[in-house]
Amino acid sequence: MSTESTAILDDYKYGFYTDIETDSVPKGLNEEVIALISGKKGEPEWMLEWRLKAYRWWLRQQEPKWAHLDYPPVDFQDICYYSAPKKKGEQPDEIDAELAAAFERLGVPLQERNHLAGVAVDAVFDSVSVATTHRETLAEKGIIFCSISEAIREHPELVKKYLGTVVPYTDNYYASLNSAVFTDGSFCYIPKGIRCPMDLSTYFRINALDTGQFERTLIIAEEGAYVSYLEGCTAPMRDRNQLHAAVVELIALDDAEIKYATVQNWYAGDKQGKGGIYNFVTKRGHCRGERSKISWTQVEAGSAITWKYPSVILEGDYSSGAFYSVAVTTNKMQADTGTKMIHIGNHTKSTIVSKGISAGDSVNSYRGLVQVLPDAYHCRNYSNCDSMLIGSTCSANTFPYIESENHTAVVEHEATTSRVSEDQIFYLRSRGLSEEDAVSMVVNGFAREVFKQLPLEFSVEAIKLLEMKLEGSIG
Amino acid sequence: MTDKTPYFEIKDLHAATEGKPILKGVNLSMVKGETHALMGPNGSGKSTLANVIMGHPAYEVTAGKIIFEGQNVLEMEPEERAQAGIFLAFQYPVAIPGVSVAKFLKSAHDATHGKKKLNPAAFLKQLREHIKYLEVDDAFINRYLNDGFSGGEKKRMEILQMLTLQPRFAVMDETDSGLDIDALKVVSKGVNKLTGPDFGLLVITHYERILRYIHPDHLHILIDGQVAQSGGPELVKKLEEEGYDWVREEFGQEVLAH
Repeated sequence: MSTESTAILDDYKYGFYTDIETDSVPKGLNEEVIALISGKKGEPEWMLEWRLKAYRWWLRQQEPKWAHLDYPPVDFQDICYYSAPKKKGEQPDEIDAELAAAFERLGVPLQERNHLAGVAVDAVFDSVSVATTHRETLAEKGIIFCSISEAIREHPELVKKYLGTVVPYTDNYYASLNSAVFTDGSFCYIPKGIRCPMDLSTYFRINALDTGQFERTLIIAEEGAYVSYLEGCTAPMRDRNQLHAAVVELIALDDAEIKYATVQNWYAGDKQGKGGIYNFVTKRGHCRGERSKISWTQVEAGSAITWKYPSVILEGDYSSGAFYSVAVTTNKMQADTGTKMIHIGNHTKSTIVSKGISAGDSVNSYRGLVQVLPDAYHCRNYSNCDSMLIGSTCSANTFPYIESENHTAVVEHEATTSRVSEDQIFYLRSRGLSEEDAVSMVVNGFAREVFKQLPLEFSVEAIKLLEMKLEGSIG
Repeated sequence: MTDKTPYFEIKDLHAATEGKPILKGVNLSMVKGETHALMGPNGSGKSTLANVIMGHPAYEVTAGKIIFEGQNVLEMEPEERAQAGIFLAFQYPVAIPGVSVAKFLKSAHDATHGKKKLNPAAFLKQLREHIKYLEVDDAFINRYLNDGFSGGEKKRMEILQMLTLQPRFAVMDETDSGLDIDALKVVSKGVNKLTGPDFGLLVITHYERILRYIHPDHLHILIDGQVAQSGGPELVKKLEEEGYDWVREEFGQEVLAH
């Protein structure tokens, strides 16, 4: 291996590629390709029809251009919409050794004996879910945790009832595309009154070249149910851009609570901005029931382009939504991310804490909407959007939109922009800390409010990820 | 018998910031176990000297030497100076939001103590003792470093750091300014805990007041980037009564005579 590629690998340790035989459809997008995908997954007719409706809608739409992002147009005909590792084993449940090894390298053991304690994992490799762990333990409580493909086949009544009810296929350009071609993702159903005994987690891995990943995740928490869900993502390093357009829908009924946390570390491209994932994601939660709660916590550290606004529709009275975000951009990365809090019910509450960290030549924007409808009484929102700049060639923007149409609403917005100052770094160095430890201490302090929302092990990982990302950005 | 070889020494030090010369040939020599005071009017270069000793990147050393225990300090990074046992109590300590006092102090202690670092329990025990000694509230250690601290709290925090890091040579940059008499007494008590045969202290101050609590062996007067006058503790009284004008006059004549 040349020194140069070793150096690159040090920067992004998930950049490896697994050489595995795949079953793919030809590049390009048309109704035949969609039918082919639907057929490969053994879907019922109603699912294919829904996909085709979404596709026909998508054809009539324009790619949105309002985000503060600059990238060449995506050629949707130059993408492969389905790629699955070929099964080699005889047993239908057997996991391919190479796949298991790939996930092992990512820190996600799939074999039963090595399962992560206290976390059930659904592992998605390119277009398909390859394994879901701890299923039996969960099934005892009536919890369904499986791939969305399996849910469509095994629990069609639940999928039919909820799919597309939070993010309809007409919602936006990328959501329409996802609805047409989504390949896999996770499905969770927590029955009434059940507190999920472990964290549920999905690990998404893009492996194949020129393949888009279009996952779809659906989580339903029935009355009084509780679930904490974690999502992690990585991809090999390639010098061509790859598309990731996911949709995540969360539904919380009366007194239910869903906590959704993401650590996104898709490949971000090299220092010159070559390659990397285009990450166009629609994540939305619906507090349908009274006193229900949904929170999004995200650590966005990867992707060349991030376009992502995890939102909460607060319909049930006394429901509450939260968005905690740390978005780190380095080199030539661009992120336009934030949230939408839509207050429909009375006494609904929302909290937004966004911490943007920009270094290198990157552009980091917060875009958020707080909307209080005319019939929503006594709603409250608190927003805090802070940006931190490292170096002098990066930029940070804040685009807050507040549409409060009810006079009883209390909406607070605070925003600050600061630079990691030479004095802060000198102060810490004068106490014996190296320059890198000093930067990391300042940045971690800045993002602390968000990190403390994450489960402990996840937050340790997130801090390490941040340190790795910012290594060498000062000086 | 005391060792008379210099412990800390500054030789013909010249330094500039943004191209403007501030220090114009500072000379100063300290023997181990001594406390020296450095006084001077505003703009004479006192804080610049403190920052240069610690290695602030905004100041450029254009000539001269700083030697500590035979080591060339100017060749060391700020963190290496701290690890070698040099400490600066800042005049304006900066805030680091989100980083608790306890976490920061543990990191700083570990970074400066190498193999001799304490386990978390022992560290916490020691920290609580220091806090009690400095008459600070217990809740202090869970607050974010200097974030929202009053002027007095910031200065106590600097002394708490000094007690935690146990340096062998410390510079106090106007630690006394802005303190009321009670806070000044506590700060002095903290500093006096460290002074002893293995410790060197350079107290930079604008007012003689602190020198009633921390007694210097020598006093230096800095004027326009040079040490204009050095002497024993008796100089303090003279300054108190007569101000700096006589120093300027004498020093001016000396410069003219050369």
